[in-house]
Amino acid sequence: MSETSMAAPVRRHRPMMAELNILLVLFGICAVFEILGWIVQGQSFLGNTQRLSIMILQVSVIGIIAIGVTQVIISGGIDLSSGSIVGATAMISMSLAQAAGYERAVYPDLTGLPFIIPVAVGLIFGLLCGVVNGALIAYTKIPPFIATLGMMVTARGFAKWYTKGQPISFPSDGFAAIGKGMMPVFIFLVVALIFHVALRYTRYGKFTYAIGANPQAARVSGINVERQLVRIYAIAGLLSALAGIVVAARGLTAQAGMGTMYELDAIAMAVIGGVSLTGGRGSIFGTMIGMVIFGVIISGFTFLRLDAYYQEMIKGVIIVAAVVADVYRQKKRKKA
Amino acid sequence: MLDQTRAYQGEYILEVDSITKEFPGVKALDGVQLKIRPGTVHALMGENGAGKSTLMKIIAGVYTPDGGEVRFAGVPLNIKTPLDALNSGIAMIHQELNLMNWMTVAENIWIRREPLNRLGFVDHARMRQMTADLLGRLNIKLNPGQQVSELTVAQKQMVEIAKAVSYNSDVLIMDEPTSAITESEVEHLFAIIRDLKARGIGIVYITHKMNELFEIADEFTVFRDGKYVGTHPSSSVTRDDIIRMMVGREITNMFPKVDCPIGDTVLEVRNLTLPGVFEDISFNVRAGEILGIAGLVGSKRSNVAEAIFGVHPAPIGDILIDNRNVNITCPSDAMAHGMAFLTEDRKETGCFLILNCLENIQSALITRGHVKNGFIEQKALVAKAEEMAQMLRVKTPSLYETVENLSGGNQQKLLIARWLLTQPRILILDEPTRGIDVGAKSEIHRLITNLAAQGVAVIMISSEMPEVLGMSDRIMVMHEGHVSGFLDRAEADQVKIMSLAAK
Repeated sequence: MSETSMAAPVRRHRPMMAELNILLVLFGICAVFEILGWIVQGQSFLGNTQRLSIMILQVSVIGIIAIGVTQVIISGGIDLSSGSIVGATAMISMSLAQAAGYERAVYPDLTGLPFIIPVAVGLIFGLLCGVVNGALIAYTKIPPFIATLGMMVTARGFAKWYTKGQPISFPSDGFAAIGKGMMPVFIFLVVALIFHVALRYTRYGKFTYAIGANPQAARVSGINVERQLVRIYAIAGLLSALAGIVVAARGLTAQAGMGTMYELDAIAMAVIGGVSLTGGRGSIFGTMIGMVIFGVIISGFTFLRLDAYYQEMIKGVIIVAAVVADVYRQKKRKKA
Repeated sequence: MLDQTRAYQGEYILEVDSITKEFPGVKALDGVQLKIRPGTVHALMGENGAGKSTLMKIIAGVYTPDGGEVRFAGVPLNIKTPLDALNSGIAMIHQELNLMNWMTVAENIWIRREPLNRLGFVDHARMRQMTADLLGRLNIKLNPGQQVSELTVAQKQMVEIAKAVSYNSDVLIMDEPTSAITESEVEHLFAIIRDLKARGIGIVYITHKMNELFEIADEFTVFRDGKYVGTHPSSSVTRDDIIRMMVGREITNMFPKVDCPIGDTVLEVRNLTLPGVFEDISFNVRAGEILGIAGLVGSKRSNVAEAIFGVHPAPIGDILIDNRNVNITCPSDAMAHGMAFLTEDRKETGCFLILNCLENIQSALITRGHVKNGFIEQKALVAKAEEMAQMLRVKTPSLYETVENLSGGNQQKLLIARWLLTQPRILILDEPTRGIDVGAKSEIHRLITNLAAQGVAVIMISSEMPEVLGMSDRIMVMHEGHVSGFLDRAEADQVKIMSLAAK
């Protein structure tokens, strides 16, 4: 930009979306599996719609969490408690969703309730966990890593204590319907759409990006940073709870260990999708692409009959690679 | 380390010779010189921005000069890092101390040079003994095993001095060492300085404070606007001589301040106090008036502005708007009363560098409205932002350009645009033209004048003397957290401001 040029030609256009690059990565990965598929297995990877729908179903639940985690990371924070909130919520909801007349129910007097009750109680539980996370971070100024680590351990402990480790089963048909067929995918899409709109077109979204980009400047701009942080973590908690309800409904049972490590997968989806761990950058659309990349890789390895142990190791490598790519992108931006 | 330097026979131990340093758009140093004799205290003086810190950073190896050389004991120095400087016998004590808080005094002093025992482990007993010996020699009463975090600022400074001495440095540079310590601690510091002097160490003492100059310095050098003004023995001059040397520049007529009618008092501050920072600040600003606030580094001008705007509210005192007491606990309270605050540090507290121009411009306005059914009225905001960007002549390829790609002047204009969109009645500007080029500077000056003419009450903090004198209707001068005086436009001049600012 030359300093001598006169007044601003203020053009109306948005720059190329950063997400396009990530989309290209997705296409590249798909192409690689397609080619390997023909070479190794003698069949198409993408041509199998059943495989693709299973893949989407697998990642959708963690995708719901990733939508919340995306907002947390954009605000410059991190949420490690998602997986434990999934477990705790699954237990609570399932205990209130047991079919009428089931004798060994957790609350024998509370069986056969309409499905809305376990759902509402579960969501409120998750929301409260999130509010605690957010309030700790905003008002005591402890690092998000520590606050949510505390919640991670506490909520998991709660899930185990709830039935002293016993699984809970036999949900009512109404509750089970939440996890049936492609319902989880549908729920994910609705959640993604809501927060895509919220992040782009509402104050909630603008404040989230502003806080992630520069919390001090956000404060001077008149933004109530503390209140906004509580909201962001509350929503992350709420969405983790929603994922917990879906997992329990789908499996027709709830166990205290449900959702273990989901938080890391959700963070990985966001980071692969271009959400910057330093805050201020990223989008729901990016996270969705990250989620699909994640799913394609897992499904691709299974398709190639790669040992599950290798899958896990490679997953770790991919997460680190995504963060390295993020650091590299930022360095390049600074030089530009 | 030059062991023979104690016997160095030359006249000067450290010679800075025609050093020049240019930053984009600014000549920070223009052929300056500084000559330090062994066994003397040499004060380096100058206003904010005179180039003192830049020179110190060159000596310490942080910056490379564009021209000239630094000689140590007659030999040209080639310093690339602070460690090089230490190894060649030059120790520097920065204003912001560089100690490791969670380590002991002894560990801090001998870091990287810890005495080891035969097994290669750190010999703590010997290290403590070495520290005790060192502190004893300097007459510093500190426990070598104490954690640095438990020390006062003055004691920390003593540790830094001990560390510098432990390197057998021949030159010790101190950057405003008394800015954060009490009167009695100053006495102790001066006693140590005199002792070091007696050992033949050359001391560069950077300060704003006139009385310290006369108390401790043998000679002094004055810089002004990056240029060397002169060196004299401190016994041969008066206070006024020095002030004149520091400010004696010509004021170019680049300020378009026009007289405009001044209305009623809009903002009044009474006895505002933030304990330990500033005390008993009282002033008022009227509609259409520009109140300049002058003062040196450490006068706490920005802290007062932050308190008024609710960034760090002050617990004691009153803020009145339109003669009514108001309670401001956070920036949005201040904004609700029609205030706007352009902060001093564009990068730290102003811009969202990784967001685009539009998001930067609208961040304050959207906290106050422009939301319909929960959605931001983006179309209306884009139109407003475009209009404002055009009025301020922001040079950017588009409103969707990331702000970190813009020049400092354009970033500053965006921040001004942000606040103008909120249509403030009280505008607080903290260093509105710092670090921006001359063209953008005069545009911003014209804009400030226009705003005042429209009846906005303006408070302008500025460290640039010509700016304060050229723009203000009235000038409040601050010194170390206190108001040291008011000057009217007619009576104000550089010497008067400086003598109020540098008591």
